[in-house]
Amino acid sequence: MSVVIKVENLGKKYLISHQRPERYVALRDVITDGTKKITKKILNPQSVLPQTREEFWALRNVDFEINEGDRVGIIGRNGAGKTTVLKLLSRITEPTEGKISIKGRIASLLEVGTGFHPELTGRENIYLNGAILGMGKSEIKRKFDEIVDFADIEKFLDTPVKRYSSGMYVRLAFAVASHLEPEILIVDEVLAVGDAQFQKKSLNKMEDVSREGRTVLFVSHNMPAIETLCNRGILLDNGKILMDCDVNSAVRYYLESAMTEYNTTDLEKRVDRHGSGKIKVVGFRVLDSAFDEVKFLQSGKDYFFEISYKNNEKKPCTNVEVSFDVYDERNSRVLLFRTNFTNSNLNLSLSDGKIYCKVANLPLANGMYHFSVFLAFENIEVLDYINEIAYITVDGGDFFGTGSLGLPSHCKILHEAEWHVE
Amino acid sequence: MEENSKDYIVIEAGKSEKNYFRDLWRYKELFYFLSWRDIIVRYKQTVIGVAWSIIRPILTMVVFTIIFGKIAKLPSADAPYPILVFTALLPWQFFSNALQESSNSLISNANMISKIYFPRIIMPISSMIVALVDFAISFILLAIIMVFYRFVPSWKIVFIPLFLLLAIIVSTGAGLLISALNVKYRDFRYIVPFIIQFGLYISPVGFSSDTIPGKWRMIYSLNPMVGVIDGFRWSIIGKGVQFYMPGFIISIILTIILFLVALIYFRKTEKTFADRI
Repeated sequence: MSVVIKVENLGKKYLISHQRPERYVALRDVITDGTKKITKKILNPQSVLPQTREEFWALRNVDFEINEGDRVGIIGRNGAGKTTVLKLLSRITEPTEGKISIKGRIASLLEVGTGFHPELTGRENIYLNGAILGMGKSEIKRKFDEIVDFADIEKFLDTPVKRYSSGMYVRLAFAVASHLEPEILIVDEVLAVGDAQFQKKSLNKMEDVSREGRTVLFVSHNMPAIETLCNRGILLDNGKILMDCDVNSAVRYYLESAMTEYNTTDLEKRVDRHGSGKIKVVGFRVLDSAFDEVKFLQSGKDYFFEISYKNNEKKPCTNVEVSFDVYDERNSRVLLFRTNFTNSNLNLSLSDGKIYCKVANLPLANGMYHFSVFLAFENIEVLDYINEIAYITVDGGDFFGTGSLGLPSHCKILHEAEWHVE
Repeated sequence: MEENSKDYIVIEAGKSEKNYFRDLWRYKELFYFLSWRDIIVRYKQTVIGVAWSIIRPILTMVVFTIIFGKIAKLPSADAPYPILVFTALLPWQFFSNALQESSNSLISNANMISKIYFPRIIMPISSMIVALVDFAISFILLAIIMVFYRFVPSWKIVFIPLFLLLAIIVSTGAGLLISALNVKYRDFRYIVPFIIQFGLYISPVGFSSDTIPGKWRMIYSLNPMVGVIDGFRWSIIGKGVQFYMPGFIISIILTIILFLVALIYFRKTEKTFADRI
């Protein structure tokens, strides 16, 4: 098997300015800053100018080789450097150090619908977008019918896309992109578009692509999709390669490390939260029916979800709305518990305390879940809102009392039904 | 990895690939589609799009004829004053349109720059094609005006493509430079309306450069558009227009310098456009 991509000692550095959060500079600022610095220098030659810019390595010392036909899933948390790798490989930006050698026609898909123009018709946009993605005119002509068919927009071919519904727009955009036929395909998180039915269609299309023996690099947060599409996983963390192995081990390792990290961070110190902070969530635990803390859950058992809070105002707070949401691995909200559904908004005392949410007969299938917690005062003021407050695994259990686990890969929610024939 | 394969590329820090121009050739279809997009959008959106490219030069011509021809009574060579003005407006409008389109092209297509690779130079250059179409429309207008005044152009009109080429090189130079600077310093775009407005007065659009006193002629020719406009007048009007060779040579030299500086700056910065845009 021959090597098609070889990456040696790759690094990409960005400069972050502390003074200005903007991504671009204005000439007038450069001139005023320059004058300021010069006058400072003249008035006080000994002074050391404060460092206003900081270096940030989005990626450093990265080496890997990709063989022909490899289907590589690149995973990692936000900011781990996944997109930077793709941008470097697709030549959108230049590396700061290192070397990349690529053999073969490469196409990258970092977004669907890049370059779509709202004034142009669907037909015109197919040609334009095709050209932008690197297809020749004859190639687009050849695949035109197939693209239209896939997007299911025959009737609107000659309508400007500004009149399309967002669903149609995305379908057309993905249809063009998915008909690329490069030797190496680079894809960034583009499957998360469109309605569920179209997502399935897109996923199937990607599976076809990977079966054709093409080399694919795929970035996604959708772990099940990564596991279906790829045979190799590269796990990035803080701009470095943490693991480069078969896809299942990489995904498992990633999910477990994400879980432990979130579960060990002190909630009180978390800064990625919203709300006034008058009442703050400072702790989260899962307890079983005997009030013992548990590390994993089992379907069909009873649990208490315990939220510890701190009352910073030292005043009692009445009519507090509490929401507790459960998300699956694909980041879809599968369960939502909210006090105002059941008219059970809470009155919190002036001191610190704990809120309990009892869920009997846990209807979750096996898998990994994470939670978010939301506290609000009477629908008026958000007090505290934290996403990804904890990760927890549901493993085993006997919801139906028959030993069946349901079909966790297909459906996350378990519910009993009665069947009969008449 | 065999290094001689057709699709073999090496990306290294700080080094531009050896095959930039081969790459440019490979992306020629993108160039074609981008210009096609700009043209379609411009002329499809509104009837005004087409009307605009007719009304603007006509109005400018009328105003300049009244101010410089009737009020200031400047000489007009051997042609009716409106024709004198219009022959200069052709390259001037091309320059100003091309500069406006190209200097903003990178910013207004920021999304493409940050998501797709292509030789960035395609963007500002393809956006100038619309100006070329406008130029063609104006040229037809000039023909109509000449019929109206029963004016027969000089045989030297066959040299027009050469002077148009010069205008294209001037516009490309300025366009590349400003579009690249625009990515780095976002307020650079405010300089473009200034160049266009100021340039209209210091270029011989409303009057013939023969009205400039001889000793100032050399300095006046430092404006590269002077050579282009004089060339247009010389080849269309012919009789009564002197061709000032030293000035023209200066214009050409400056144009080439501008173009090369712009090209070098653009090539040097284009790889980091995606990080800044």
